[in-house]
Parts: sequence; structure tokens; C-alpha cells
Amino acid sequence: MASRKLQRLNDFMKGNRLRYIGAIATVGVTSVVGFVSPSMLGGVADAIHDWLMHENNPLNFPGFMNRFFEARGGLSYVIHNLWLVGLVIIALYLLNGVFQYLRARWTATASESIAKNMRDRLYAHLQTLPYDYHVKAKTGDLIQRCTSDVETIRRFLQTQIVEVFRAVLMLAVALVLMLGMNVKMTLVSMVLVPPLFVFAMLFFKWVRKSFTLADEAEGKMSAILQENLTGVRVVRAFGRQQFEIDKFDEANDDLWKKNRRLCDLLAIYWPGSDFLSMAQTGVTLVYGVFLAATASTSGLSVGDMTKFVSYIGMLLWPIRQMGRILSDMGKSMVSFDRLDEILSAKPEEDAPDATDAPVDGDIEFDHVGFEYEKMNPVLIDVDFKVKAGETVAILGATGSGKSTLMHLLQRLYDVDEGRGAIRIGGTDIRRIRKSHLRSRIGLILQEPFLYSRTVKDNIGIAVREPSDEQIFEAARTASAHEFITGFENGYDTIVGERGVTLSGGQKQRVAIARTLIRENDILIFDDSLSAVDTETDKAIREALRESRAEGGKGATTFIISHRLTTLSEADRIIVLQNGRVAQTGTHEELIHQDGLYRRIYLIQSALEEELNDAEESA
Amino acid sequence: MQYQEEQDYTKRFDASLWRKLFKYAKPYHLQLLLVCVCMFLSARIDVEIPLLTAEAIDTFIANQTLEGFTGFAIRYTLVILAQVALIFIFCFTSGRIESGMTHHIRKIGFRRLQELSFSFYDKTPVGYLIARMSSDTQRLGDTIGWGLIDLAWGVGYIIMAAIHMFALSPRLALVVLSVMPVIAVVTMILQKKILKNYREVRKTNSRITGSFNEGIMGAKTTKTLVREEENAREFVQLTDTMKKRSIHAALLSALLFPVVMSLGSITVAIALWKGGESVLGMSAAFGAISLGTLTAFVNYASNIFDPIVAIVRTLADMQNSQAAAERVFTLIETEPEIKDTPEVEKAFGNNFNPDRSNWPELKGDIQFENVSFQYSGGEKVLKDFNLHVEAGQTIALVGETGSGKSTIVNLICRFYEPTEGRILIDGVDYRERSQLWLQSHLGYVLQQPHLFSGTIRENIRYGRLDATDEEVERAARLVDAEDFILKFEKGYDTDVGEGGNRLSTGQKQLISFARALIARPAIFVLDEATSSVDTETEQKIQKAIVTTLKGRTSFIIAHRLSTIRSADRILVIQHGEVTESGTHKELIQKRGYYYNLYANQFKEEREQAVLGIR
Repeated sequence: MASRKLQRLNDFMKGNRLRYIGAIATVGVTSVVGFVSPSMLGGVADAIHDWLMHENNPLNFPGFMNRFFEARGGLSYVIHNLWLVGLVIIALYLLNGVFQYLRARWTATASESIAKNMRDRLYAHLQTLPYDYHVKAKTGDLIQRCTSDVETIRRFLQTQIVEVFRAVLMLAVALVLMLGMNVKMTLVSMVLVPPLFVFAMLFFKWVRKSFTLADEAEGKMSAILQENLTGVRVVRAFGRQQFEIDKFDEANDDLWKKNRRLCDLLAIYWPGSDFLSMAQTGVTLVYGVFLAATASTSGLSVGDMTKFVSYIGMLLWPIRQMGRILSDMGKSMVSFDRLDEILSAKPEEDAPDATDAPVDGDIEFDHVGFEYEKMNPVLIDVDFKVKAGETVAILGATGSGKSTLMHLLQRLYDVDEGRGAIRIGGTDIRRIRKSHLRSRIGLILQEPFLYSRTVKDNIGIAVREPSDEQIFEAARTASAHEFITGFENGYDTIVGERGVTLSGGQKQRVAIARTLIRENDILIFDDSLSAVDTETDKAIREALRESRAEGGKGATTFIISHRLTTLSEADRIIVLQNGRVAQTGTHEELIHQDGLYRRIYLIQSALEEELNDAEESA
Repeated sequence: MQYQEEQDYTKRFDASLWRKLFKYAKPYHLQLLLVCVCMFLSARIDVEIPLLTAEAIDTFIANQTLEGFTGFAIRYTLVILAQVALIFIFCFTSGRIESGMTHHIRKIGFRRLQELSFSFYDKTPVGYLIARMSSDTQRLGDTIGWGLIDLAWGVGYIIMAAIHMFALSPRLALVVLSVMPVIAVVTMILQKKILKNYREVRKTNSRITGSFNEGIMGAKTTKTLVREEENAREFVQLTDTMKKRSIHAALLSALLFPVVMSLGSITVAIALWKGGESVLGMSAAFGAISLGTLTAFVNYASNIFDPIVAIVRTLADMQNSQAAAERVFTLIETEPEIKDTPEVEKAFGNNFNPDRSNWPELKGDIQFENVSFQYSGGEKVLKDFNLHVEAGQTIALVGETGSGKSTIVNLICRFYEPTEGRILIDGVDYRERSQLWLQSHLGYVLQQPHLFSGTIRENIRYGRLDATDEEVERAARLVDAEDFILKFEKGYDTDVGEGGNRLSTGQKQLISFARALIARPAIFVLDEATSSVDTETEQKIQKAIVTTLKGRTSFIIAHRLSTIRSADRILVIQHGEVTESGTHKELIQKRGYYYNLYANQFKEEREQAVLGIR
């Protein structure tokens, strides 16, 4: 388990490892440079002190400068060329700046590349996951993972990881430098550092619960707000404004309380850690002054003392940060686990011997059985054949298995081995590549999804570079041209929440158009005319017939519907009941058999009777 | 509905907005003063500490003596303690101000939202309002609580440091301070660019979220269209843009500190060089200064950039806050379109404090008198509409979407008021009564039943807050909801979930009937559901309708034949006019619009019944 996760992390990092190594190296450089700068002031202060006191101590600059000055006359040279020290300071700051910039550049490039890798992988993976996965998925949760969890990891990779290295490196460098100057002084200077670190770490662990409580309270307040706004009609209709205000105030007050508590806790943390920091600086200074004032016995120069104070000042912040980051790190791990869960889901696969066999032959359902959950069969021994080019209507009550049957044909689900087979032109469809099969079978779902782009793009989405003429033609066949041109922006109208909201029937027609624009060997209307009125339904079917007459060989067509007119025009009608084929035949045959079809048929005469009654009795 | 994108804030400083914000912060004026004073003092101490170091160097180290050292150590300790105390006070107080202000503004905002008319809600998406009430108010709280502090500290530090430096050596002070404006300008320019870049990043980010949304919600359709690879390819382009923009923005912000520090290093270098020479007496440029003074100067010179950057950042941040303030205040200050007149309020109370003792009884006789209506900016929906409904009658409204059925109902509920003409209830223009008087007598059942989080019991009681448990249960029994309610483990105390989403649509509908029934309304409005439910529930709902309508003036936007047929009068509404009116039988005989509608609906309903659809 753990090694697989590491492997995955490693994959994401690919191509960015050098950048991280570079970034960590720059951190090393900047912390060294950072430490050298204060020794300038220290060196100058010592030099001035020695010069004025006529003492003859060795120079107290960084090694390379000491050597440079010694070679040119030592103390006297320094005193008369202080501008040189100034130049070095500017150079050091510049160097520091350049490296800081490089670090930011590398970590930003690396973390953004990794985030991009993760997003791309997630997106592509989600696309390849099986139909069933998406049927069962909680979309809100998935989106949450793909966005905020990726963001959490990105932030961790961009700043936090290097920040930890920085703190560790600085600590190491400072320790070496300080120990080189004075061991006792070093110990005193570091005495409060471990408590500071532990305090920061424990504190953020400790207040996590308060953060969660505040988050929850905020969620509750938002929920009440949301409900109030979406239910504004109910609120007004019952005159419940005051009641709603009381409810909101209660949640708002509770959030206030939780936030106050959180602020109070932070008001302990900040001064607390500031106290430890300042106390450490203070201890360093006081002890340093004490030692420097007795330099003859202690051997600590004034320059060294200022260096100690500066070093400590530079160390404290990264250490406080590190405590915080370490206590936060768990979050990134959790986020990564959540992404890993998605990426570990098994994608759709084709059989190794799958081919792109033609899909335009006769279709055979050979004793097909299917179930989503064990012991709960949806299809039982479904067995029939359809000739190429035939139009078959399917009628069945809710739960009779008609949609499932069609989903099996497009291989959104697969028939298990040993539970029968579906063959097209004699080839078992499980031996046909899914993408090939699906691209030849046009399936229009009852509740189709439209992409949030223009109507034109939506219709042309399944073909490569469609011409406007093709798009208009498909829209006309689907009886969609008229309402589309009725929009202010016509075919360039954007669909969805950023644009126009289409009605159920309009959506269905656009979905039909985008399917018809492709070349289909098989067409399936999965109750996809349910939301258009009877006349439009008829118009669409007529247009289809016409275009078929023009084009010669037509697609084999399956229509799931409960409209008598729609059903009656099919070459053959199949009635499904409880997962079995109950009846099959033409309109003429079925109206004379007792069964579901006849019952639908009889509604018409019941209506006439009913209307006559009303007219007579009036 | 207008789609609100994140706005660009290039606006100039708007003093009136800030004055307004301060007015709203009135309960916190004292605390604000307190933190500002604290910040000033704290800045004062921050400035003091280098001086202490300087003093230590000059007294103890220069003279190699420990005389008075204990006193120094005590003083130093006291300064630290004072500083810690100040930090505690301002952290604590600022936290209080921030959370309190956010709370305060939200409270005002929510109250206003309860007053605003439907015409406001028609053109404002819920998501927009939620953003105003959550993130924008939070931002205002932050700005008041912490932004001002940062400003106070930054300004305080610079002033104090300047004073000290001038006192120590005016000329050296001038050198150090001369770089400040340069740094301020550079920071300002960079900061502006940085903010602009991050806005771009945020925009791209929300597009990525949108894409994920689509990729996940549309995954099933994508499969049937075999568009998986194409989608992934398009997505890669988007993440490419995101990567590019994010890196760009990160690089710009990475530039800020190196640039500022490099500029600052010049003053440090000069201070060290010329200051050093002054200590040595080699240069008269800055007069005679001590070694301690020199270290203090170098300290100031290297620390003064922090406050400058802090000030510039806060100012840039405040620019965003200004935009948030503008949006929040626009919301808070929007006047409701429907308002009771002062006289009416005096007589009957307002929406929050009704004076029920003066309320006349509502019988339910309703009359439209030459009523015209148009939605703001829209076409006329009703023109010179007349209708009289006697108390106790049941009216079914049928007609196509957009014909004006809903408008008629909305006008009766006074969710909108007629643009011309008047509506009389019991013979009196309803504008001469309070809104709450009418709305307290309404029973209202919506097509999409909306429940609130809480238990079933609480949801039914929403209709009449003082209803006893016994009454709640009786209402549930009357609409035949008790069966399914008692099937839940917790019965009436079952939590319905957010928006009632743990119940099925049919169950929600039954609950909303019980809720309307318990209100004992004189006028009943039913926007009948088209969404089908299973046959058993449908029969229950049918029965519930009959029960609830008994003896009340009722308006039904009807789809189901059984409901329509049982109405006293059926009105066919077309293009804002009544084109057919009468009983079911009368209208069938007419063989007009109603006749066709009936025939189609008959077939549809029967087919669905035979097939047991949904």
C-alpha cells in the first residue's frame, strides 16, 4: 500500500526532481548568505572598537574577507576602506535576492507542474472510469477532491516543503557558526528554541478542533442562509420572516462564539510565541553583553555578540513556521490519500483480442441475463434478433429492464461470461473495441447532459470539424433549428448556468441533433422523446425517415417510448415485463393480444368514451 | 438572470464607502481606538529595542564594565513583558472586532434579505447573495479588525524610527529615509501587478473547477459520445494556461522582497560606511556618533522595509475590501419594492412586529380590478385583467408556460403588486392592509416542495408556530402522511436533511400539504406538481388536495385532471387573458383549448399509470 502511494507521488514529481534539488540548494545558499550579512556589522563594530581602543585583535569578518584585508594591511586598511564593506553588503543582498528568486521560481514551476500533472491525470482517469462508477459516484465529493485537495497538496509542495528544509538548514548553519564562536553562548542562545518549536507544533495540533468547530458553525450558518434564500417563497407565504431571522441569528451567534474562541486561542498563541522569541533574544543579548563586557576573561567580542543576536533573530521565525507546517502536514497526506482513491479505481478495458469489427450487421440478443446486484436479476433470458436497418420499438413498465438492455448494447455495462451474449453481424460485442462500438451506436439518454458551451459546439461535439451546414441539417432533423434560431444569439447561445437554461424537451432535441450528426449504424432513443410534445415527436420521426430515404441504407433503430403513435409505426414492437420479453410483434398483431400494449391502445377509446359522457351530461 | 463574474477593482479610493464602514463599526469604535493605541505603543517598543542594544554596547562593552548591568537586564525584561502584553491586547481585541463586525454585518444583511421583494430575488442569483453574506462580510471584518492595525503599526514604526534616527543623527537619518519613497513606489507597482495576476489565476481556477464539474457530471454522456480523449485534451489546454498564469503570478510575488531588500541594502551599506567613518571621527558628514548609535542605525536601516511593505500590502488589500464593501452596502441599502405604508404599519404592525389585535378577519373574497402587470424590464404579462372570486370557491388555472398563471397567483399572494389597477380582498385594496396580514392567512404549496433542515414535526409546525404536537399529527393524518412518517425509526422526529433531501419528492409534497393545512389558511394557493410520484402517493396527494381545499378560496395551477375536474371554475389563461371559463363539462362542450389539453393529458396520465412510470 504505502509503497504504491510513494510510487504514485514519485510519478507526479517526474521531471521536477532537479528543480526541488535546485530549490533546496538555493535555500542552503541563501541561509549562508543570510548569516554572513550580520557579520559585516559585527566585523565593522569590532574593527572600530579595536581601532578606538587601540587593541589588536584578529579581524572578525567572514574568512574570505579577513584574508583579503589581512593581505592589504589588516585593521588600518579596513578602517580606511569602509566603503568596501558596504559594497560587499550590497553584493550579498543582491546575491541573496537572486537566490531567493531562483528558489521561488523553481518551487513554483515544480509545484505548478505537479499540480497540472495531478489535475490532468485525475481528469483523464475520471473519463476512462466505467459508466457504473459515474452512476454511483457522489459528484460533489469528487469535484471537491479534484479541486481543493489538489490545492492543499500544491500549497504543501510550493512553500511548505522547502520552508521545512530552510528551517533545518538554517538551524544547522547557525549552530556551526555559533559553536565556532563560543560554545557556552551558543547553548544560552538556543535554550528557548526547542520549547518554541514544541509550543508551535502542539498549539496547532491542539487548536485544530476549534478550527473544525468554527468551520462547522460556518457551514451551518451557510446552510440556513442557503435554505432561506432558495425557500424564500415559503418563508413569505407563511409570513415567517421573524422566525427565519431568529433562526439565522442563533446560527450567526453560534458562529460568532466559535470564532471568538478561536481568536482568543490565537491571542494566546501569538503573544506566547512572541514572548518565547523575545525572551530568547533578550537572554542572548543580556548574556552576550555580560560576556562581551568581560571580554578579557570570556573572549567574546562585541562583534560576535551582535552576530549572535542577529542569528537568533533570523532563526526564530522559520522555527515557528516549521512547527506549524509539521502540524499541518497531516492534511496534505489525507488529501493525497483521497486523490489516490480516485486514481486507484479501475478504468474501462478492452479485451486483448478486441477488434474494430463492423457494427452494421444483424443484431442478436442470445439468451442475455443481467443483474446489477447479486440475486436481483434485471434481465432474464432475453432472446431476440433484429435485422440490420429494422426499427424496433420497446415498451415496458418502469424497472422492466429496457434501458439496461440498451446500455448493454453500447457496452456501458458488459454481459457476464456465461450469461448469454450480444452479437452484431455474428461478432460477440465483447470482442469489439468499446470506443469503436460506441462511436457507431448513437445512444440518446433520457436525461442528456449538455456541455456549457454554445449550442453549435454542443451539436458538433461528437464529430471532427463539422460544417455549419451539417449542424443546421442535424438540428432541423431534430426539430431544434426553430427554437435555436429563436434565441437572441442563435446557434452561438451558450447553454447552461452561464447562459440560457434549456427546457427538458429542448435539451433532448439538442442531444438528438448531436447524435444524428454522426454516422450511426445503430440508433437508440432511450425514452429520449419523453419531454417533447406529441407533435414534435412525430415531426422528428418523420424527418428521420426522410433523411433515411435520401441516404439509402438506414441505421438499425431502437425506440423506447410509451406513446402509442410512436410505438405503432415501428417494424416490430417488443414488450418487456420484469426483465423478460413478454410479447413481440407488429402493432396489428399486438392490439389483438391481451397484454401491456393492448392496454395502452385501449386508452384512446376510454378517452373518447369519457369525452362523450361529459358532453352528454352537460 | 445576470451572471456575476468576479469584478475587476481598478476603482479609486472612495472615502464615502469607508465612512459608511466606520459607521457600521460604531459598536467597536472604542476597541478600534484601543488597538490603534496598542499598535502605536508596540511600534514604539519595536523601535526602542535596538536602542537598548546600542546602550548596552556603549555602556558595558565599550567600558568593559558590569556596573548597572542588573538594572539594564531588568529594564530589558520589562520592555519585553510590556510588548507581550500589548501583543496580547491587540490580538485579543482585534479578534473580537473582526468576528464581531462580521457577525454584525451579517445580521443586518439577513434582516434586509427578509424584507426584499421577489422582484429583487428574480434578478439576483442565490449564489451571488451567499457570496456577499459570507466571503464579502468576512473580508470587511478582516479589514476592520486587522488591516487597520497593520497600517497603524507600519505608520507608527516609521514615524518613531524616523524620530529616533533624527535625534541620533539627522543627516544619517535623511540618508536612510531617502530610499523609502523609492521602495514604496516600487512595492506599489509590483503589488498592483501581483494582485492583477492572482485575479487571472483565480478566474482560470474557477474555469478548471467548472471543467471538473462538467467532466464528472457529464461523464455518462461523454461515454456514449466517445469523447473521453477529446475532453481530456481540452482540459490539458486549460491546465496549461493555469500553470503558465500561476507561475507568472508566483514569479512576480517572488520578485517583491528581493527587489525591496536590494534597494534597502544600499542604505545599510551607506549607513555602515559613512556612519562607521563618523564613529571613527574620519568623516564629519554625520557628526560624532557612538558605536552603539551606529549599530542602532544599521538596525533601523535593515528593519524599516518591513513596515513599508506591510503598509503597501495593506493598502492594496484594502482596495479589494472596498469592492467587497461596495457590494455588501448595495445589498444592505436596497429598498424593498413592496412596502407597507407608514399608516398601514401603524395600524397593523410591520413584518417583524405584527399588531394582530387590529387585524380584521380574512374571508377570502378576491377581486382583480383592471389589473395590469409587468415584471421590471419585461413585457406586460397581464393587461386590464378582471376577475372576481367569491370566498370559498376553488379556481383551477390552466394554460401554457408563460401564459400568466403564475403571475396571477403571485399577485394574489402580494409577492408582486399590480403595476396598474388594484386587487381587493374582502372588498378592500390589499395595499391598505399589511403584507403579513395577508400572508399569515395564506396556505401555499409549491410545485417543488421546499422543506427546511430539521425534523418532520418542525417542518409541519412551520405553518403555525404555536401548533401542539397533537395538531401537527392531526394535520399529517389528514393528508395521509402519517403512514410513511411512522415507518421512520424516529417518526415525527426524523431529520429531513438539508432542503428535505432525505425524503422523496412525494413525501416532501405531503409534508408541505400538512404544513399549509395547519396554518388554517383562508386563501389556498397550489402550484400543482407535475413531477410524477408513484401511484399510491399520487392518490394520497389527491386526497390531501381535497381535504385542504375544503371551504377555502383556492387557486390551483393544475395539471392533473382529477384536480382540474373538481374545481368550481376552470380558467384557461392565454397571453394574460382568460380565454375560456367554466366548469369541466362546459369547457369540454366548447371543444376549444381545454378540450385538446384534456385529451392529451388523459392519454399521458393513463399511459403512465399503465406503465407505472416513476
